[in-house]
Amino acid sequence: MKLLFAICLSLFSLSSFAVVNGHLYPFDNEVDKERFDVLAEDLRCPKCQNQNLADSYAPVASDMRDKVYELMVEGQSDDEIVTYLVDRYGDFVRYNPPVQENTFFLWFAPGVMAFIALFMIISLTRGRKESQPLSEEEKAKLAELQAARKQQSVEQSEKRDS
Amino acid sequence: MNRTMLFIPLIIFVVMAIFLGSGIGREDKDVLPSPLIGKPFPQFILQQVETERQLTQSDLQGKPMLVNVWATWCPTCKAEHEFLNTLAAEGVRIIGINYKDDDDEAKVWLRDYGNPYEFNISDPKGKLGLELGVYGAPETFFVDGDGIIRAKHVGDLNLRVWQKYKGVFEQMKTHTAEADLKEGVK
Repeated sequence: MKLLFAICLSLFSLSSFAVVNGHLYPFDNEVDKERFDVLAEDLRCPKCQNQNLADSYAPVASDMRDKVYELMVEGQSDDEIVTYLVDRYGDFVRYNPPVQENTFFLWFAPGVMAFIALFMIISLTRGRKESQPLSEEEKAKLAELQAARKQQSVEQSEKRDS
Repeated sequence: MNRTMLFIPLIIFVVMAIFLGSGIGREDKDVLPSPLIGKPFPQFILQQVETERQLTQSDLQGKPMLVNVWATWCPTCKAEHEFLNTLAAEGVRIIGINYKDDDDEAKVWLRDYGNPYEFNISDPKGKLGLELGVYGAPETFFVDGDGIIRAKHVGDLNLRVWQKYKGVFEQMKTHTAEADLKEGVK
């Protein structure tokens, strides 16, 4: 039993598999397996649209996974594989879209908004710090108001006591 | 502290609301733009469903045509089939790609429901479908006489859709006619 277990373990260490949706994609090294998993997660299924190739059960997604595997085995780079699919299905299949004219807003709007927010916070807090110390006149007014308030509270407590 | 500054978040909100609001409903999520438009029909070597003759992309030239991706397992294909028969009767050239399907079942289908296709390309593994970026049958490509893809429609063809694409198809015809004329001059 122990021997069998040991054999099983050694078999697993010999080769790596990328398991996606029950399909088995064998690779002879860990690096390629990792690459395949990343690609399957970064590519979007055109049929189900809110799932990547790794998650989707759509037949077209499984065809595309097979194609990604085929191209990887052929020795194509990640970029070449993504380009292959984009040439056929469009930019839509990328969950990680490139910086180009029609994606400027997507890429830079969050930064611009964060900048605006930061600018507003700074200007608001700085405005508060810049408040001037009270003038003599204002101090006198303040003392007067405080005295009046004190007087009022004394009167109230007297009323309650009686 | 400038008081108008306080309105900046509101302005941003309004701008975003207009921008995002205008996007809702404008984009048909089921119809993705095809990057193949304006490009030549991809190369292939596949058999014909009816005769097992070998076909290549050079068979898709000459007269402008519709290249219709269909399958017997696809209910929407059944829905559009009658309209394809009508178009074929009107003289529109239609080529079929029998996508991820069984040739024998396809033949039965064509016998039972009529055959609007000049010929059918057998694509049992969906290899040509992948080259064409097909993600759901039925899909129809508008291919001109030079074998260039001019438009693509995802979903069933019907009278309403055909009205939309009729201009494109007519243009494809005149383009080829012009080319023919030029060749005649030469």
